[in-house]
Amino acid sequence: MSVIGRGLSKRFAKAARPAIHSVDFNAPSGSITTLLGPSGSGKTTVLRIVAGLEIADAGNVSIVGEDVTAVPPERRGVGMVFQSYALFKHMNVADNIAFGLSVRKEPKDAIKARVNELLELVQLDGLGDRWPSQLSGGQRQRVALARALAIRPRVLLLDEPFGALDARVRIELRDFLRRLHDETHLTTLMVTHDQDEALELSHHVVVMNEGRVEQAGAPHDIYDHPATPFVAAFVGGANVLRGHVTDGRAEVGSFSVDLPTGATEGAAATAFVRPHDVKIAPVPDEGTAARSVTNDAPEVALAKIERLVRVGGMVKVTLKLPSDESMTVEMPKSEIDALSLSEGDRVMVDLRQAKVFVEDYAI
Amino acid sequence: MTTPLRRRVLIGVVVVWVVFLVGAPIIALTVGAFSSGFGAVLEALSATDSVSALAFSLALATIAVAVNTVFGTIAAWVLTRDRFRGRTILLASVDIPFAISPVVVGLCFILLFGPHGWFGPWLKAAGIQIVFSWPAMALATVFVSLPFVVREVSLALVEAGTDEEDAARTLGASSLAVFWRITLPNIRAGLLNGVLLTSARALGEFGAVLVVSGGIAELAETGTLFVFRALDDRRDVAAYAMALALAAITMAILGALFVVRRRAAHSPVRTREVLR
Repeated sequence: MSVIGRGLSKRFAKAARPAIHSVDFNAPSGSITTLLGPSGSGKTTVLRIVAGLEIADAGNVSIVGEDVTAVPPERRGVGMVFQSYALFKHMNVADNIAFGLSVRKEPKDAIKARVNELLELVQLDGLGDRWPSQLSGGQRQRVALARALAIRPRVLLLDEPFGALDARVRIELRDFLRRLHDETHLTTLMVTHDQDEALELSHHVVVMNEGRVEQAGAPHDIYDHPATPFVAAFVGGANVLRGHVTDGRAEVGSFSVDLPTGATEGAAATAFVRPHDVKIAPVPDEGTAARSVTNDAPEVALAKIERLVRVGGMVKVTLKLPSDESMTVEMPKSEIDALSLSEGDRVMVDLRQAKVFVEDYAI
Repeated sequence: MTTPLRRRVLIGVVVVWVVFLVGAPIIALTVGAFSSGFGAVLEALSATDSVSALAFSLALATIAVAVNTVFGTIAAWVLTRDRFRGRTILLASVDIPFAISPVVVGLCFILLFGPHGWFGPWLKAAGIQIVFSWPAMALATVFVSLPFVVREVSLALVEAGTDEEDAARTLGASSLAVFWRITLPNIRAGLLNGVLLTSARALGEFGAVLVVSGGIAELAETGTLFVFRALDDRRDVAAYAMALALAAITMAILGALFVVRRRAAHSPVRTREVLR
């Protein structure tokens, strides 16, 4: 039941650049695959092409091994959920869920039974005669989900399904969707710009940027081994430090980070380090000792704590580096308490966990 | 507190303005019609030529509503849902019937379909009479009342958006089913608005119809032409009575429009139940 896209390209009329450019992806059977990217990255265009709502200029889409590129949306057997819910305003909840079955002219009794079954599934029993305008955002999106599932789709497509919901409902619905998927194992293709959502909910992540696929893989792969500077910066909200290659090492800001051999001298180097991958330690002894430590370990630099904000169990620390750059560090509250650090203190910053990309000069 | 005073003055100005411009003529018309008594009005309206004139006006309005509802909805659909070269020019040209004087519109139809017009000889050879007969009057009425449905339905379509239609497509509805079951219910209030405005405008049309009718009395006379001719013949009561009848029909249409708009403005759920 997998969904495969090959070489998908699409340019909208009057657009300066293509919305998507030769996009390949594979959404394996029975799993949740997420198209992750910032707005304008083309992820929704890909989803709409899979649904048949847009026609690609080039490339093809196959669902369960069948090439559906030329198949109209009503015969693709996909269930789609929209960010705006897209509930039929002039129909009550039950009629909304029944729509796909009634256009297929299924018997009335069967439709009624299926609608009740789905109302129960999405925990909206007894709300069948409500109007969409009488429901909360979370309830509306569950109706939309029930409506999409009613037709027993081969594939479920979710377009920013939690985008219009507030934070609490968003997490609730995310858990609900996860449990639902554990029961149904319906092949799901989701679009989101929220990396937490993508990493938590999906088995496979396809990171998109400016109409192209940057990287595809398991969530932990994407997180731990970003393949491109874009992925490194976008996933995990990393600190970015820019510099150059000098003597085979990346000199970024106040740090000097190891590089594999063969880096071109003078090439631009960019270091990415996530807020919770930065290690800080108190300065052992003011003066000589500190200097000797930073000399021995060039990935370590001295910095000053500029701000220290407690957010729940975590502490967000803003550091000022000697190069005048700022850096954000996140650590558990207990850790910072054990170090007894406060604003204005000087600390040692360890950047060994940084991921460095060297600009490719190969011509 | 200067604001309440300024507001009161403004409200007063608006009230006086509306009463004088809209109210006074209607009052004058009513008084004029009934000056010779209620019986005279009834008698004037039940005369054969006035009954046929009124019926003809209603027939022309019905044709205009039917044609403009179907083609107006299709035009609005194409103009809002599709993107093509020249779309904005087409969108702007929908308003041309509002911009051109009806008399000029009538003249254009004479130039097209008249005996010496572009299609004149061809029509004559085929034995089809358009100008100086009802087809030309129907064409003129359709033309002058064309923009209403297109405008109202376009607005409704833009407001409704495409998400519901997209959702219906993925759920298995053909494009025709999507139109009947999703799009039409969503634009129903706008469409009704357009239809009512079209019929009011069609009933009131005079200039274009006068030019294309060629002034042949009785054969093809509308209510408005009847008023014009009756005044010319110094049959004042007949003119007033017909004018009053036309005004009453139009007011009824505007009343219906008011109700539709009020319902649309209030609870959307209830409106849809009522309109269903």
